[in-house]
Amino acid sequence: MAAKDSVRYTVGFAAAVCVVCALLVASASVALQPRQDANARLYMQKNVLLAAGLADPGADLTEAQLRRIFDERIVVRLVDFATGQLVPAERIDAAGYDQRRARNDPAASRAAPANRAGISRMANYGLVYFVKGPGGVEQIVIAVEGLGMWGTIYGFVALAPDANTVLGLTFYDQKETPGLGGEIGNPTWQALWRGRKGYDERWEPRITVIKGSAGPPEQDPLRVDGLSGATITSNAVTRLMQFWLSDDGYGRWLTRLREGAGT
Amino acid sequence: MRPGWFGKDERRALLAPIIDNNPIAVQVLGICSALAVTTRMDKALVMGIGVTLVTALANFAVSLVRNATPGSIRIIVQLSIIASLVIVVDQILRATLYELSLELSVYVGLIITNCIVMGRAEGFAMQNRPWPSLLDGLGNGLGYALLLLAVAFARELLGAGKLFGVTLLPLAKDGGWYEPNGLMLLAPSALFLVALIIWLLRTLKPELQEKD
Repeated sequence: MAAKDSVRYTVGFAAAVCVVCALLVASASVALQPRQDANARLYMQKNVLLAAGLADPGADLTEAQLRRIFDERIVVRLVDFATGQLVPAERIDAAGYDQRRARNDPAASRAAPANRAGISRMANYGLVYFVKGPGGVEQIVIAVEGLGMWGTIYGFVALAPDANTVLGLTFYDQKETPGLGGEIGNPTWQALWRGRKGYDERWEPRITVIKGSAGPPEQDPLRVDGLSGATITSNAVTRLMQFWLSDDGYGRWLTRLREGAGT
Repeated sequence: MRPGWFGKDERRALLAPIIDNNPIAVQVLGICSALAVTTRMDKALVMGIGVTLVTALANFAVSLVRNATPGSIRIIVQLSIIASLVIVVDQILRATLYELSLELSVYVGLIITNCIVMGRAEGFAMQNRPWPSLLDGLGNGLGYALLLLAVAFARELLGAGKLFGVTLLPLAKDGGWYEPNGLMLLAPSALFLVALIIWLLRTLKPELQEKD
């Protein structure tokens, strides 16, 4: 064996360490991948249910319960942002579609039009979740995202079948300041959105997070209480909501839905 | 090997770092993550366990190969071992505690740069047998975890009125009486708390004070 400080031994030792470490990391990654993917999917499903009010924010639902509610009540489809049409279910498996991954895939995304929500790229297709009840579609849930104070905010918004009234929302991934902007994750604040309208009477997306307090939804449908100490986050939520409700986002499809097409 | 698997030296390797030679409060290492992950007890606990596992196993592995490691590349060998272990811990977290792993986000990955892990690998494991090294890593990790939990205890209780997510002080905005201290949820409060703990520890144990 060569001396411990010889070049040959050093290179050999480094190579051996690399192989052992790579094997360790690779086997952990491969072995745990299915479990991680299942967790990620379940987490998204849970947040869709939270936005739609089908799961209670405080309730600790088991995996099986979540999956059962989701399978019973939710139908996942994709919307083509450019045309405002649903993508035929047989073309892409919507349940396995990852909008965030698609946004980063040049083949499945495009540069976003100029916007104030800090979105530079967007996927060609957006997820929509139809919440089915005894009387047909009760709610539709759309996926939203936009740049906040410290990073991108991701969420789901549940709308009534009129494609205007907000029934609920969640932000499932955000890095806003805890206690200030991070309060967008607070169910109490999220509950303030219920009953607000996304659009004004000329169907412009107009929902706004204001400074201070808004009135009750019936009298003040286009405004939501701001978060004190979190102006940038509040504005970010306004902008991302308006972007995804506009014709650059889900707007075209929501218009068709209102006019009786689009399902 | 000396008779006795758990003699005086082994006990010292394990126990000294928990209080007497606490990596954060006495050696003032690993402060960065102590600021970031102490807003809640559950985050601090998981982070503490993660760091404990990594320091213990990294120390063990580094010590195992210490006599075969060429001096010129020893730091990068230590780093490769630590980085691999951190990735494994991160992967396990994502497979088991998914939502918590999202909140810990980059900080699990940043265990790699935690001065405690590298410091113990270079400072202890390179000179000692695997078994004491494992104990030393375990002790340092536990010392780190203990301090994290102490800071998180104050921050979560005073900042959010909760411990482990269970409300103890009903907040005024939810109809209770407690007006939370928002500063406690921001990073600077951890600096103040760590400083208070260091002050307390040095007052109780004057031998820790440096001579001017």
